[in-house]
Amino acid sequence: MARYALKRLLLVVPTLFLVSLFVFAIVRAIPGDVVDMMLEQLQYGRDAADLRAKLGLDRPVVEQYLTWAGQVLKGDLGQSLWTNRPAAADIAARFPVTITLSLLSIAVSLLVALPVGILAAVRQDTRGDYAARSLAIAALSVPNFWLATLIVVIPSFYWNWAPSVGNFQGFSQAPAGYLGQFVLPALCLGITQAGVIMRMTRGMMLEVLRQDYVRTARAKGLGPRGVTLRHALRNAMIPIVTVIGGQMPFYFGGSIVMEHIFGLPGMGSFVLEAISRRDYPVIQAVNLFVAVLVIFSNLLVDISYGALDPRIRQGE
Amino acid sequence: MARSIPVFVKGSSPTIWARAWAKPLGLLGAVALAAIIILAAGAEWIAPYDYDEADIFSRLKPPSGAHWLGTDNLGRDVLSRVIFGARVSMLVGVGGVALGLLGATAVGLASGYFGGRLDILAQRVVDAFMCFPLLLVALTIMALLGPGLANVILTLGLVLAVRDSRVIRGAVLGVKANLYVEAARALGATHGAMIGRHILPNIFAPLIILATVNIGAVILIEAALSFLGFGVPPPRPSWGGMLSGAGLVHMLRAPWLALWPGVALSLAVFGANMVGDALRDLLDPRLRGTG
Repeated sequence: MARYALKRLLLVVPTLFLVSLFVFAIVRAIPGDVVDMMLEQLQYGRDAADLRAKLGLDRPVVEQYLTWAGQVLKGDLGQSLWTNRPAAADIAARFPVTITLSLLSIAVSLLVALPVGILAAVRQDTRGDYAARSLAIAALSVPNFWLATLIVVIPSFYWNWAPSVGNFQGFSQAPAGYLGQFVLPALCLGITQAGVIMRMTRGMMLEVLRQDYVRTARAKGLGPRGVTLRHALRNAMIPIVTVIGGQMPFYFGGSIVMEHIFGLPGMGSFVLEAISRRDYPVIQAVNLFVAVLVIFSNLLVDISYGALDPRIRQGE
Repeated sequence: MARSIPVFVKGSSPTIWARAWAKPLGLLGAVALAAIIILAAGAEWIAPYDYDEADIFSRLKPPSGAHWLGTDNLGRDVLSRVIFGARVSMLVGVGGVALGLLGATAVGLASGYFGGRLDILAQRVVDAFMCFPLLLVALTIMALLGPGLANVILTLGLVLAVRDSRVIRGAVLGVKANLYVEAARALGATHGAMIGRHILPNIFAPLIILATVNIGAVILIEAALSFLGFGVPPPRPSWGGMLSGAGLVHMLRAPWLALWPGVALSLAVFGANMVGDALRDLLDPRLRGTG
């Protein structure tokens, strides 16, 4: 198992390198007219040479990359052109909001998707199955930002009730209030993503329920609950865990939209501000941070995958 | 073709149309998608008003005989804007997917067919690219290019090209493993002939499936970009833009503004997803009966 984990860890290195190249390329792809605008309208530098120095564009490319990568490894993710604050400090302040929202959304997705998916598979081709599948299709088709907009607009118009948007409470101020602000965005994001996981759960369960060992378990006289939960679900879980792991980027992406609608000061609203101000060092920093986060969550999924299924770590 | 190969002979097995009838959801999706395409193509003739025709005396009016879906804060007809909005979604959907599949086929073919170091390198690049959330990549590229319909199509095409190349590569590898491909190579077929005559025609099914499924995804991302204010700029109506946060103040007073663009959007995505699902079942026998 240790060997398998180490192998996976080593495979991360080339991915990290390529990810860093992508992020490095961002400021190098700024079009010329945008550079002019950054000087004239946003006053990000005294002149072109000054701005180039600020963006780290004033030396040969290889040297630029090495300097930049060295700084990143030391935890220096660059400096905002707009606020002059280090991007790493802002990300550290905003990350808890985004990760809370993402984890709560995943919890919502699983709470909805797993039971519904399992029931749909066990009762294949019944009315319940059709209802569950229609639900999943609806969840796949409805954009999360529309659902969130309706949740803000409809109750406020008809019942004069609106979720509090814009007066964010920190965790230390009011722990219950802090978590309460995440309920609606996590529901919107979690439910719209539940469709994918539900369909996957149903499909995997159907496949597993047809296996010989499930028939054997039934023949031994095990009740339907035991067969479904102990034999079928445990085997179906492996690919489901992979799918959930692979969905991490979706939850981060979705939280950009949710933070925007519900006024949560997370990394999503941070990057949106940076984009509207063309604050490229911040855009770079957030991209890099999120990608590294995804790489390590993928690694975690891979390793737990190996722990769940001995065939995988031996097959490597 | 001396050996007997199982082929669908007319009359001996259900035709594709007969099987399409067995997929009611797919059929429903196709009808929804067709309706939206018709609206998008004929918006000038179908919409009762022009999309930027403002009547300042009837602002934020609820649905009525003159304005079936009400009016917005500038007194523009919501129904007409939803109809013209279909055009943006369809242009982005078809344009983005066409561009994306073109790129994906080129990369996937090169990677899968030639293999070797090129394949390893290409796949690592795709791996790295997939670590970035789709919406974040799209936003970042839009931050470089600036808002606009053409830039949205370009951005989504680029993103799709990288992501889908993995699927195309898989399909190419599958075709390459067939005996007839090996036979063609043994007979001395050139790379061009191999790709043109054997590989490409046989990855047609996954291409069609990818195209339909991706149309839904592309429409959703365009809507999210416009919703956030970095997609298709006003006054051109895009469903995402019509729902955008800038209009929230008005939506609180006139909830019909928040309703119809979302309904249209959901219908379009539903249509594309269902047609994609049905096509996958029909064209890919291995997946029949799952999902």
